[in-house]
Amino acid sequence: MEHDSPKHGKLYLWLEERVGLSDFAKLARKKEVPLHRHTFWYYFGGMTLFLFVIQVLTGILLLLYYRPSAGEAFESIQFIMTEVQFGWLVRSIHSWSANLMIFAMFIHLFSALFLNAYRRPREMTWLSGGGLLGLSLAFGFTGYLLPWNELAFFATRVGTEIPGVIPVIGPFLRRLLRGGNEVTGATLTRFYGIHVAILPALVTVVLGLHLFLVQKHGMSRPPSVEGSGEGKRSMPFFPNFFLRDLVGWLCALGILAALAAYFPAELGKKADPFQPAPIGIKPEWYFMAMFQTLKLLPAHILGIEGELLGVLGFGVIGVILIAMPFLDRRAAGANRSSRLAAGFGLLLIVYSVVLTYLGYTMSAMK
Amino acid sequence: MANDETTAAVDHGRRSLLNWFLSTTAGAFLVSVTYPLSRYLIPPDVEESTANTVTLALKPQEVKPNSGQIFRFGSQAGILVKDTNGELKAFSAVCTHLACIVQYRPDVSHIWCACHNGHFDLNGRNVEGPPPKPLEQYVVNVRADQIVVSKRG
Repeated sequence: MEHDSPKHGKLYLWLEERVGLSDFAKLARKKEVPLHRHTFWYYFGGMTLFLFVIQVLTGILLLLYYRPSAGEAFESIQFIMTEVQFGWLVRSIHSWSANLMIFAMFIHLFSALFLNAYRRPREMTWLSGGGLLGLSLAFGFTGYLLPWNELAFFATRVGTEIPGVIPVIGPFLRRLLRGGNEVTGATLTRFYGIHVAILPALVTVVLGLHLFLVQKHGMSRPPSVEGSGEGKRSMPFFPNFFLRDLVGWLCALGILAALAAYFPAELGKKADPFQPAPIGIKPEWYFMAMFQTLKLLPAHILGIEGELLGVLGFGVIGVILIAMPFLDRRAAGANRSSRLAAGFGLLLIVYSVVLTYLGYTMSAMK
Repeated sequence: MANDETTAAVDHGRRSLLNWFLSTTAGAFLVSVTYPLSRYLIPPDVEESTANTVTLALKPQEVKPNSGQIFRFGSQAGILVKDTNGELKAFSAVCTHLACIVQYRPDVSHIWCACHNGHFDLNGRNVEGPPPKPLEQYVVNVRADQIVVSKRG
């Protein structure tokens, strides 16, 4: 019996009897990671999780000084950036890690899409991942307002106006989001509550489900690999894959530290509701393709307001993406990659890259 | 042993009554939680300024031709423009596209929204870019050395 083995001390045996440590050890031994030419893409889920943990930790630190009111928010961040020791570093890491996390998450999403990882029985894993993407974008959107600077103010005005164009329920939704008819201090406290309490609670539940499902089903072997002669080679998760994960996290931490140190987060000018929108106003990069689309759409298309059509288009793309396991029936049985997923994914990437490029290069004043 | 059929019948009647009580109680509890919660989440109405007229804190001669500036109209922003002929005009400064605050562009003599590159001419008409509707125009009156802006109608 393992209990009597002399290599375990008294403390271990005490804990083993009460907690059952060997169950965890058994679980860790059981977990295997498929080994094939696409194994590399498995690292990005763990990478996203690592960056999320950094977000939680730095977010908690920022809470100690931040004040969520229109009169004090901007000044409290100025205080963090200039007076608090290493305050600039904590805020810069929070801001950069948010961006890297969204980036890692997009890589994770597209690799799961191209490798058809969503197919049976992993539909719920895909859906919970879609939920986590939505929650992360909501984190980004609500967090962007918290410094209460000019850019944040107008980004929020536009962002909360967008659901407002939906017929019938639009104006109600806009009011609910803003905590009033306009973007004011009431919006700031509301976004603060959403950012630090509601979203974390939701993420805990959905992330828990996502990770549980990943453990339950194991990692998906892409159909193209199953069909080929690459066989069923695999690698133990612990310690082999985990140590490789750690190397990746160390690299991410290095990149993060360099970005935060050389390009600290900016603060800009304090928001003033009675000033025109600043020239060259931009959202976060992951909203840029949507922003540029709204900019290029004409006022009316076939008698419908352009912005409504644009918003509807974003909605349709989101629904197709989320519903991919149910739309793509062929990948389920076949031992080859799905053309539908590959085509859709490629189209989405090309469109986003082109529009994002235009967003950053086209003259703002044309 | 009692007759199984009678027991079952009696039990069934009692059980459905108890189930009915239980579910109505649970339902009432749920409503008593969700109703206040949803009312709480909807922000209360704040008194909006119903003023139809505002007197600006600047004198007509202080406004240069071919320039514009933002002023407060209740809780909303308005824009006062003096065109190249020296005529004063005022509009709502809230872009009809996605509600950014517009500004005056002296280089093209347009009212312009920086957010999505929308252009309005000096009659408030949406002439270029995504805005779907013209800006709401206000009436400008110059009384002595005061500028008074009022809503139409």
